[in-house]
Amino acid sequence: MQFFGSSEISPSPPLPTASGNNAHMMYVFNRNGVCLLYREWNRPLRTLDSNQDHKLMFGLLFSLKSLTAKMDPSSVEKGNLGVPQLPGQGCSFHSFRTNTYKLSFMESPSGIKIILVTHPKASDLRESLKYIYNLYVEYVVKNPLYTPGTPIKKLLELGLDFTSKAFDVRVDVQISEAASAMLFCAQLIIDLLNLIWGEHYLISFYLEDKVRVVYTVELN
Amino acid sequence: MAPAVPRSGDAIFANVERVNAELFTLTYGAIVRQLLTDLEEVEEVNKQLDQMGYNIGIRLIDEFLAKSNVTRCVDFRETAEVIAKVGFKMFLGVTASVTNWDSEGTSCSLILEDNPLVDFVELPDTCQGLYYCNILSGVVRGALEMVSMKTEVTWVRDMLRGDDAFELQVKLLKQVPEEYPYKDDE
Repeated sequence: MQFFGSSEISPSPPLPTASGNNAHMMYVFNRNGVCLLYREWNRPLRTLDSNQDHKLMFGLLFSLKSLTAKMDPSSVEKGNLGVPQLPGQGCSFHSFRTNTYKLSFMESPSGIKIILVTHPKASDLRESLKYIYNLYVEYVVKNPLYTPGTPIKKLLELGLDFTSKAFDVRVDVQISEAASAMLFCAQLIIDLLNLIWGEHYLISFYLEDKVRVVYTVELN
Repeated sequence: MAPAVPRSGDAIFANVERVNAELFTLTYGAIVRQLLTDLEEVEEVNKQLDQMGYNIGIRLIDEFLAKSNVTRCVDFRETAEVIAKVGFKMFLGVTASVTNWDSEGTSCSLILEDNPLVDFVELPDTCQGLYYCNILSGVVRGALEMVSMKTEVTWVRDMLRGDDAFELQVKLLKQVPEEYPYKDDE
């Protein structure tokens, strides 16, 4: 039980070090509740199996969104609680914070929901969530081999895991050090080198919005 | 933090990567030509173009939302304005105008004065039933379906058939509210 003013009782998690990850987990859902992407970096306790975990998370956010919209003191007309929302009512819920974590949420009008669970001292993450949405658009939506509505995973049998790995790389740059992302890029190139024989390949990586690093991989 | 302001079509158009307009026009022409050769029936080609447009539209909507920062549109009027001013500008580089609202506000026409898809195009006599730009109607239909609006999109006027402008009629059939997808007993 938590009483006011006694935050020493439940210890807050260790503060993130300057170079470590701030994020614990990330979920991306589509409008039908399919979990498109789930990544965890720091999750000491798992109570449910992943299917139930995704359903729980989706259900929680669906209900919270509905609840916050109905409770909104500034909106003019509200249906009864439980009535499904018409599109046109914005998403009024951005984040919630507990003693041990902060959950930030963003939903696009097309139903893509991005959820980030981080350290409770994290600042407002709306910009980061928008950045992740942009990455989703660039690497997932624009990938012709991806079927919309299915989880994001390996797409080519050859192991050219370009889409999901590129997506991972972008997320890592945002959340952890750029240096480790560079190492990840190099590792990815080495993986590709092992797979592709005798062809010229042009791989471009976007590091930050303005700097564009282009690698030409050439093999005998 | 102040809510993000929606960006104008011109601002976004200046920022996205662009391709050569002629390349785009000629590529589209080659696609239609190839479809005509493969399918031979003009009606089939129309349907196929619409389906291709639909597949494009369901992905395009995410890019549109990410780049333009629009918040949810309150009603169909605002939706049509946003499509005409921001959407067309961002992807095709031309703006459309919205006219011919019906009494209930569920049907409108988007008029395109200038359509980059039809530069250099003439329809021969054998293809008179062809809606050359049918891909656009599929795109609009697919994109609106992903934001919970079921619509019907048809061409009313087509410059390749002798009219003076391109007119696309967008009719809202119904708005589909979001439903909880899991069954309650699980």
